[in-house]
Amino acid sequence: MADSKPVSERPLSPHLQIYRPMLTMMMSIVHRITGAALFFGTLLMAWWLIAAASGPTAYATFQWFAGSIIGRLVLFGYTWALFHHMLGGIRHFIWDTGRGFGPGEREWLVRANLVGSIVLTVLTWIVAYAVRGGV
Amino acid sequence: MSHSKSSMRTPLGRVRGLGSARSGTEHFWMQRVTAVANVPLSLFVIGLIITTAGSNYAAVKATLGSPLVAIPLILFVVSATWHMRLGMQMIIEDYVPAEGTKVVLLLANTFFSVAVGMGCVFAILKLSFGV
Repeated sequence: MADSKPVSERPLSPHLQIYRPMLTMMMSIVHRITGAALFFGTLLMAWWLIAAASGPTAYATFQWFAGSIIGRLVLFGYTWALFHHMLGGIRHFIWDTGRGFGPGEREWLVRANLVGSIVLTVLTWIVAYAVRGGV
Repeated sequence: MSHSKSSMRTPLGRVRGLGSARSGTEHFWMQRVTAVANVPLSLFVIGLIITTAGSNYAAVKATLGSPLVAIPLILFVVSATWHMRLGMQMIIEDYVPAEGTKVVLLLANTFFSVAVGMGCVFAILKLSFGV
């Protein structure tokens, strides 16, 4: 079984705390954290859809939350997590093909990932406010 | 499976002959399949949220219930909740060594993902078919 313990205390491979923090490593961790955030964030999507299906009162409650300062902050963070995780996924697709592992390439990829996620998030919110007419 | 601390057998030796897990690369592959699907689908959902954010209830209801919106929305819900279940499963398996806690969390992961997915799909279908 998967839980079988080593008979003798065999040496384990070193874990996070032994390495000097590097950008590729931090971005790998952030990819996982954003994934976990998106996991719980689907509750918001469920709230939105179920409220819409329930009726005007329930939908008004959701709109009140989504329009509040806290709601906007959560949605802004959610937008960033989504773009970061999406671009991180595309980075992993590139790595899945065996490309982009050179020292320069992988640094460039994670930087593009980080910058791209911030740019796309801000752009999305600018478009959102423009479409809604500044509300 | 119990084994004594004094056994001379290595972990590999103990599992040899018990057969493979028979799942092979399915977890890896389905994570990629749903990831590919999630890229266009989540961009669609972002666009949908932006366009419906300022609308009144009747307009939102009509939009979410129309087939060309409801179908990709359902596809997104299925793909996203499937993908997140696979991802959270990996996190749990990586960080929770205790067998009992791990099984409980893996069950909770599946229940949560399916509940969110089914809740969303039901809501979209209700918006589509009325009542």
